[in-house]
Amino acid sequence: MLNATLLELAGALKAKKISSVELTRQFLDRIARLNGDLNAFIRPEKTRDVALQQARRADERRARGDAGPLTGVPVAFKDIYCTKGLGTTCGSRMLENFVSPYDAHVVEEFDRAGAVLLGKCNMDEFAMGSSNESSHFGPVRNPWDRKRVPGGSSGGPAAAVAARMAPVALGTDTGGSTRQPAAFSGVCGLRPTYGLVSRYGLVAFASSLDQAGPIAKSAADLAGLLDVMAGFDERDSTSVQRPKEDYSRSLNLEIKSLKIGLPREYFAEGLEPQVRAAVEAAVAWYKSQGAQIVELELPHTHLAVPVYYVIAPAEASSNLSRFDGVRYGHRAKQYNDLIDMYCRTRGEGFGAEVKRRILVGTYVLSHGYYDAYYLHAQKIRRLIAQDFALAFKKCDLILGPTTPTTAFELGAKTNDPVQMYLGDIFTIPAPLAGLPALSIPCGFDAKGLPVGLQITGPHFSEARLLGAAHRYQQATDWHQRVPRETPL
Amino acid sequence: MSLANDDVRRIAALARIAITAEESAEVLERLNRVLALIEEMRVVDVSGVEPMAHTLDVGQRLRVDKVTESDHRDLYQPVAPAVEGDLYLVPKVIE
Repeated sequence: MLNATLLELAGALKAKKISSVELTRQFLDRIARLNGDLNAFIRPEKTRDVALQQARRADERRARGDAGPLTGVPVAFKDIYCTKGLGTTCGSRMLENFVSPYDAHVVEEFDRAGAVLLGKCNMDEFAMGSSNESSHFGPVRNPWDRKRVPGGSSGGPAAAVAARMAPVALGTDTGGSTRQPAAFSGVCGLRPTYGLVSRYGLVAFASSLDQAGPIAKSAADLAGLLDVMAGFDERDSTSVQRPKEDYSRSLNLEIKSLKIGLPREYFAEGLEPQVRAAVEAAVAWYKSQGAQIVELELPHTHLAVPVYYVIAPAEASSNLSRFDGVRYGHRAKQYNDLIDMYCRTRGEGFGAEVKRRILVGTYVLSHGYYDAYYLHAQKIRRLIAQDFALAFKKCDLILGPTTPTTAFELGAKTNDPVQMYLGDIFTIPAPLAGLPALSIPCGFDAKGLPVGLQITGPHFSEARLLGAAHRYQQATDWHQRVPRETPL
Repeated sequence: MSLANDDVRRIAALARIAITAEESAEVLERLNRVLALIEEMRVVDVSGVEPMAHTLDVGQRLRVDKVTESDHRDLYQPVAPAVEGDLYLVPKVIE
């Protein structure tokens, strides 16, 4: 069952071909076997018993006859989701020993559905990174090539699904953190429209950009997860009240009537030729199915990365001020006074990348610089959003590469943060505009590394995105390939 | 603009982050690289453009003006580094 889809798992559990305890144990055994090498889970031995206990509860629930489609299905969570009574580290020394007193909204929803919390996945510290190398718990390795990064910041969830250590996983996406690791690891990742999924109980990074998003082997599985996650929650002040959709039942999209936009800027210089070739082949498939291709421009694309690296650090510097060594988390052992306690606690508790972003954020918000940086960035953010609004008058969906390159080697970009940041050029625009976007596998380069196709749509067009991806996956098998280094 | 060591010390003090002597050269060099990237957006003319703080054109939701939070002290204090008699302990701030 390690390679089964959500639908297959639900069917097997319903038909009692397998119990949730047996199924959960299969995945736990695979985690125990592979995690020493891949490091996709943080301290899996500490969550193992809870997983089996939840699996037993799911089996009892099924025996009582009130099971839903996800009852008994194991789900892995990025360690940014607060999970009651369990460690929630956010990949940081600051929260190394933090045990959450409550559950995130999304965790509650999966618990209500009867899903099993399989474990907590590794991630870049406080979700700041694109390679999963900034984790206090060590880097995650890409199952397609262990010398390479799985992407980030949801590197653990993506590697876990790719290596079939979890059937599905939950990540978060601030500037591309579900889609970029999905592309690098050969799996599917969705960033929902800002406001569709509650942020309650996610450790906050940049609040105007953060969204929870699923990672899975197929678009159909993403839809099944989104059905559980999406919905209004009054505890998140930006949660949007709107009628609930049924994403799993909207997958059979008509491609023939679809207008697909190709932004010139997404196929420009810097795009690896083999990534371009794979994405163009996917575009050709849509065309062969009768989709109409529209060439268009998103002229402010080149400003997305600089704007993001003002807005996200500014919001992070404010959000992360809560880590003061008083109410929770790390506190320095030695200090002279209160201010010294704050400074040493934060100096010790945060890693280099997190400190750098807090410093950038503090600088751009400081007296005399606010207008020149933060306000200026918010204005360009509107220009970027307007580019998309104009584009979606001419097309239904925008296609392009998720990343300019395939997965890079561990350590290749750790000495130059800007090189790391520029790799996120295609994933950053959607969050700035609040738009939904997903990444699905669309081929491999000559080294055998997966290539991601990104599909972006207007606000609340998740059903259309998932439908377009699902139809492609019915005709191709890129998403079904299993990494050669982690055979079944 | 490019930062000097004094600027980094000032920003780090505002951010309440201790930067060790060993870290400081690298922090300065990498911060300046990031600021050089950010400079690219400052040349754009944005006159007449409204800043965008929220991506959906919706107003802030209001709630009924009544107390909804209950007392979570027993739940929240066990994870604090130092508490005594229901109080969070911090170093002495008043002489």
